[in-house]
Order: sequence, then C-alpha cells, then structure tokens
Amino acid sequence: MEKRKTILDVKDLQTSFFTDNGEIPAVDHVDFHIREGEVLGIVGESGCGKSVTSLSVMGLVPKPPGKIVGGEILFEDDDLLKKSEKKMQKIRGNEIAMIFQEPMTSLNPLFTIGNQMTESMLIHNKKWSKKQIHKKAVEMLQLVGLPRSEEIMKEYPHQLSGGMRQRVMIAMALVCDPKVLIADEPTTALDVTTQAQILKLIRQLNEKLNTAVMLITHDLGVVAETCERVVVMYAGQVIEEGPVDKIFQNPEHPYTQGLIKSVPDVRKKESRLHSIPGNVPLPGTIQQGCKFRDRCAFAFDRCFNEDPSLYQTSDSQKTRCFLYDKKEGANLDDKTITQS
Amino acid sequence: MTKPLLKVNNLKKHFPVHGGILGKTVGHVKAVNDVSFQVNEGETLGIVGESGCGKSTTGRMLVRLLEATDGSIEFDGKELTTLSSGEMRKIRKDIQMVFQDPYASLNPRHTIEKILSEPLVVHGVKGEKERKRQVHEFLKIVGLNAQHAKRYPHQFSGGQRQRIGIARALMTNPKLIIADEPVSALDVSIQAQVLNLMQDLQKQFNLTYIFIAHDLGVVRHISDRIGVMYLGKMVEMSDAEKLYQEPLHPYTQALLSAVPVPDPEFDKDETVLEGDMPSPVDPPSGCAFHTRCPFKMDVCTKEIPEYREVKDGHYVACHLYNETSNNDITNQKEEAFT
Repeated sequence: MEKRKTILDVKDLQTSFFTDNGEIPAVDHVDFHIREGEVLGIVGESGCGKSVTSLSVMGLVPKPPGKIVGGEILFEDDDLLKKSEKKMQKIRGNEIAMIFQEPMTSLNPLFTIGNQMTESMLIHNKKWSKKQIHKKAVEMLQLVGLPRSEEIMKEYPHQLSGGMRQRVMIAMALVCDPKVLIADEPTTALDVTTQAQILKLIRQLNEKLNTAVMLITHDLGVVAETCERVVVMYAGQVIEEGPVDKIFQNPEHPYTQGLIKSVPDVRKKESRLHSIPGNVPLPGTIQQGCKFRDRCAFAFDRCFNEDPSLYQTSDSQKTRCFLYDKKEGANLDDKTITQS
Repeated sequence: MTKPLLKVNNLKKHFPVHGGILGKTVGHVKAVNDVSFQVNEGETLGIVGESGCGKSTTGRMLVRLLEATDGSIEFDGKELTTLSSGEMRKIRKDIQMVFQDPYASLNPRHTIEKILSEPLVVHGVKGEKERKRQVHEFLKIVGLNAQHAKRYPHQFSGGQRQRIGIARALMTNPKLIIADEPVSALDVSIQAQVLNLMQDLQKQFNLTYIFIAHDLGVVRHISDRIGVMYLGKMVEMSDAEKLYQEPLHPYTQALLSAVPVPDPEFDKDETVLEGDMPSPVDPPSGCAFHTRCPFKMDVCTKEIPEYREVKDGHYVACHLYNETSNNDITNQKEEAFT
C-alpha cells in the first residue's frame, strides 16, 4: 500500500461532560488518524464515545456541559483545539464537513433545498457569483445521483424521501470540496435497500473526489463493505485498530471477537448466537483497569489493577488488551484465544 | 402434523386520507392490502420488509389494536374480527405483544412489579401474594431477579427493559407472542442476548412467535418460515432456509443482496435496487414492485400477480412464475442480466 499523508491526527483526545454527578469521561484518551483519501470506520455500540469523538473534531461538543479537557486534533499539522471559534468556522463545512444520522431533522423544513445547498458556499466562497454558486449546487446534486436537480433546488425537504434527503445532505457537505467528510451513522435511519444505495454513493464519491471519510457506525456489516481501516471503540476508548480485512479475519481484542460473533449473518443460520454477557459499563464507573474486564472471559488480576495500553501487535494492528502485552508472553500460551 | 394456530385471510387495512378545506376523504393509504397467511403451533413466523410495507400494521391488527378494514383472523378456531371488546380482552390472554421501543413501552411512573402484575389483575389472578410470587418467578425466567421488582423503568438498560417487556407478555401464559421489532433498538451484543432468551422461552413455554423485523440476519436466525412484504402485500413466503438459498421474488433477491455482510472477503452481488418505495396512497398499477424491478415485463404494469404456491410451501406473487411463462423465466433472467 502506498504511503499516504496523514490528514487528520487525533492524539490523546479527552472529552468530558460535567454533570451533577461529577465528571463523566465520554472520550477517554483516544488516538487515531486518517490518511488522505482513506475511508476509516469507527465502530462501537451506543455510549462508546464514537459520536462525541466526531463532535470534538468538528468543535461542536455542547459546552457546557461538555468540554475537551486534553489532547490534540491535528488537521494538516494544525491543532484545531487551539483555534478560535472564528477560525474554526472557516474550517467547518469548508475543510471538514459532517453528515448526520437523521436526514429528516438535519435539514431545515422552512427553507428550500437550494437555499440550504448554497448557504455554506455563500459563507465560504465570498468571491463566487450567485450564478456560479447555483451552478455548483446543481452539479453537486447531480453528482450524488439526484435526477431533476434543478427542480429539487426549489423543493422543500418534506417533498423528498429519506434516501433523497440523505443524498442532499451528502451533496451539501461536499459542496465546498472538504478534505475530510465525517459521516455519523449516515444510513442508520434508512432501509436496507436505500442504505445500499447511500453506501455505494459514499464509496464512489470517495474514489472520485478523493475525500477522506470518517464513517461512524454501529453496524459491522457497513464497516466491512465500506472501510479500509477500522477503529473499534468501547466505553470511551479505542480498544482495537487495524485494516478491515485483518480485524474481521483475526480480531484480537475479546470484545471485537465477541462483537463480530454476535452479528446474525444473513448467509448462514447458527443454532445459537454468540452473546457477550452483561452490559456496557456506565461511563465513569470503572476508574482503574480494563473497561471490558467484567464481560471478558479471559480477565485476570492485572485487568482489574492496571490500565492496559494500546499494544502494537503487528505492523498495522493495535489492541488494548493485556493478552497482547509482551510482558505477559510467559503465560500467554494458556490464555491464547482460540478462534472458533 | 402441526395444526395452524392462526389463520389470516385477505386481511386489509386502509387508512383514510383527509384533504381539502372540508376535510373530505380524498384517498386511502392501503397499508395492508389483501394479506393471507397462517401460523402453526410452536413455530416462528418472521415478517420482513422495509418501513411502510405494512408489517407492523399487520401485527397490530392481529391483536386488534387496529381494526381490520376487511378480511378474517381466525385464532385457535375463533374468528377475532367480529368479537366484542370484552370477548377480545379474554382472547388477549393468549395473544400478547412485545414492542419495539423498550423506552416508550413501559410506564415510567410504575414500578416493575406494578407493570408486570397489571396483566394478572386484568385477567383475574386473585391475591396480591400470588401475583407477587408470579412476578418474581417471571423476572427470574427472563434473567433478572426479584429485587428488580421494586425499581422503575429508568433504572434499567435497554436490554433489561426489553427483558421486562418480554416478561410482561409472558405473564398471562400466552400461546402466541407478536414481537414487533423487539431487538432493533438494541446494540448488537445485547440483541444476541435477547434473541437467545426468546428462543429459550419458546422451547420452555411452547410459544408461537410472529417476529416482525427489518433485519434479515436477525429474522433468518430466529424464524422457521418467513414472509416478505412490500407495499402492503405479501410478495413471498417460504421456509426460512429456502427463502435465503433460493429467493424467488426479485424484491426478496434485492433485499438480501442489500444487507451488509460483516466479512470484507465476501464477494457480494453488487446489484443495488434503484429508487424508493412508491407511496401507498397511490400504489403502481399491476405489480406494486414493477417500478423498481429489474425483470419487468409488460404484464407487470397491467395485472396484479397472483399470490400462489409455486413450489412445496413456497408462495410468491410474481408474473415470472406464472405457469404460462414458466419456460421463459430463465431466458428472461438471462436477458435482464446482460
């Protein structure tokens, strides 16, 4: 694989929410990076901090109660956390754009599609004439596969179906040629056949425009079909990272293994699904040690007393689990996780 | 030979659409349009389809939370559509429902004990002590414990709430449980727990399930037979394994190929269905799927395909499988692919 430049580098990000019950660390020392033109998947179950991570990158964490308490977000080697709100506004929507889960609620029902399509260009490209902007908006709508785009410019969101609205959202996000597109559960609210259309579109646009995509999802199927690399999050932490084919063939972290096994596969029928016992711990309840230990079949003393770090297990794969710590090498044999 | 517990014939539900200044009825949403099926004792019938296909409306009509516009529902030899509300209440002891949203379907002001003993009160179980004993028993059966009875819904996670929803459905010792998207609001790891629980309970209590869902993976896992709905109609129904190995209706084929497979190595059929589901107010003429069908023929725009058995226990509503055009099927398909 050719070496591509890292475009977004998140280092040791910590985002907390300050509530009546004290500080709740939603994003707990998260590291990851996206290279130019890459599709990175961030996968995890509800409450794992994947959405707060993306909001942190965009500088959209509601404050109060939220606050980024530490770390760096380097976009083209520039720390976004040090930027003023005014400078962030120039980046947001222009360099880094975002699409959201609910295409119904993220479009303003009172304005036409054309109105909303051109808004970000009016803000970011002050030199363009109205005509140029209109032309670009129509082009974008065609690019995302909407027929009769001239008419759609004059229509209101309620006149479009869910899939069409999500296409409009994508067109709107890409209208300023951003370098990074953050897609937060872009297909969760859609039906499977529509989901397949939108995922195909995201892949095509990624190839055509070379926009890096950070795809946040809970669906491992979506990750397998769309992404090149994947970051698995659990309880606010990155617990595994690596190329998609490796993660699915050889998941290392017990949580990733359990998660992959618990997805009912359309291709075959299992007599019984694998399930991970217990529930995701509430944020902040586990102060020390591995966050997954209470649900893990391999937990041992160390998991309760020490925080595991993200161990580099191969050139491209990292895992936050003591089973992969070289120091544990001696007793690793009897703990080696068999894949069955 | 298992006997049918539930027989549904030509079930319809048309919601009137009002419009204009006088609020006159200007049309009907044909949410469920002539659906027939039967459910055998002890089996799980899965009903799949995308939003707006009428699967939930069908489920609700079976317990008469919605009144059917037309058609018959025969449960255990009794016709349900003509029963008075008092008689229907007695029948509901045998037909219970589990809902999708475990957050919205439990009353936040009631303790779990109150929620679970309500069905017992309604169906005349006397004595608070006895009711309490049963509540505790069923909490244990669904994997919770007796201490949980004193708590309120907000103190539970989504998965635990769905367990409570299932316990509530079990309280009256029903024969048939209609589960409307019971796991779609849950995370994958929790979803697997709840599905396993439902399978265990089915064996333990000899339950019959109607499992309504949009996730084809989940449905395959739990169902014995599966029906696929599109725009208010049943387009295909067969044995679960047969449906996945040899889907006959073009819509079923498209639906199956659209499901993301959690395996990057898997070489998938890349046919993506174009367009959106048409409005049920004004469904397309002939076969409702013809606007998106890759195998569309002239007859599809004119005639409604008959829903019939084409193979042993495999029902489909598609002109491709008409006896007259039987020989052309393979040709047709090849043509469409090239």
